[in-house]
Amino acid sequence: MRASAIAHVLNAEVITCQELADDLEIITACGSDMMSDVIAFVKDRVALLTGLTNPQVIRTAELMDIRLIIFVRGKKPSSEMIQMAKEQSIMLMSTQDSMFIACGKLYQAGIMGDIAYQAR
Amino acid sequence: MLIEYIIPRMDFSAAGKASTDMKRRLTQLGLPVALIKRIAIAMYEAEMNVAIHGDGGKAEVEILEDCISTRFTDKGPGIADIELAMQEGFSTASEEIRNMGFGAGMGLPNMKRNADELIIQSEPGRGTTVIMRFKLQTGEL
Repeated sequence: MRASAIAHVLNAEVITCQELADDLEIITACGSDMMSDVIAFVKDRVALLTGLTNPQVIRTAELMDIRLIIFVRGKKPSSEMIQMAKEQSIMLMSTQDSMFIACGKLYQAGIMGDIAYQAR
Repeated sequence: MLIEYIIPRMDFSAAGKASTDMKRRLTQLGLPVALIKRIAIAMYEAEMNVAIHGDGGKAEVEILEDCISTRFTDKGPGIADIELAMQEGFSTASEEIRNMGFGAGMGLPNMKRNADELIIQSEPGRGTTVIMRFKLQTGEL
């Protein structure tokens, strides 16, 4: 699913890298506030849904080659995070939906997540 | 080539800079993507441990012909029971740290999973040294 479609499904505000929205293809998603879990289990072309807003979220995304981060519950990243994300071409979005609802909507829209959360 | 990074204690703005910088450097060197990811992940976890548990310290990375060797040293409280600390889910992180997204107890297991060799030297009150090595195949560098 394209990032632009994800923004539509979640009625999300795109904060950075709007220009990537039609090209960025997301295969699956991971919803977590624990960055070490994200690091342990995430595979490629994943969207990260999180309620956490600190610079480590962007660092984790950079390490894991995550290109899309969706902040839930209307949370907004700091200007430092926005700057870091722009430098790394990481798309940031914010939705008013809770984690549960946002994950549910994406699942219903066809992102099944079967390859994202898989212990090695 | 030896690269050294200072890791400040509890500085969540700076923590992770060493591993992301190394990821960029290794990408420039043209190493395989999967190998770079393993190194970056393992380094990140070690770096966060030094910042969170170790009272700050340093990271040294040596790029050798047959491997990439990393050493993390801190003068923090040390690890009382290394075997216990290696268990997935075990963490001594405070509630405050957990609220920041850390302390899942996956740090050391993530390091073990990603490094070809992991050596932990620690004694209570005497700090911790973590050495991780990543093998390079001939011609990779």
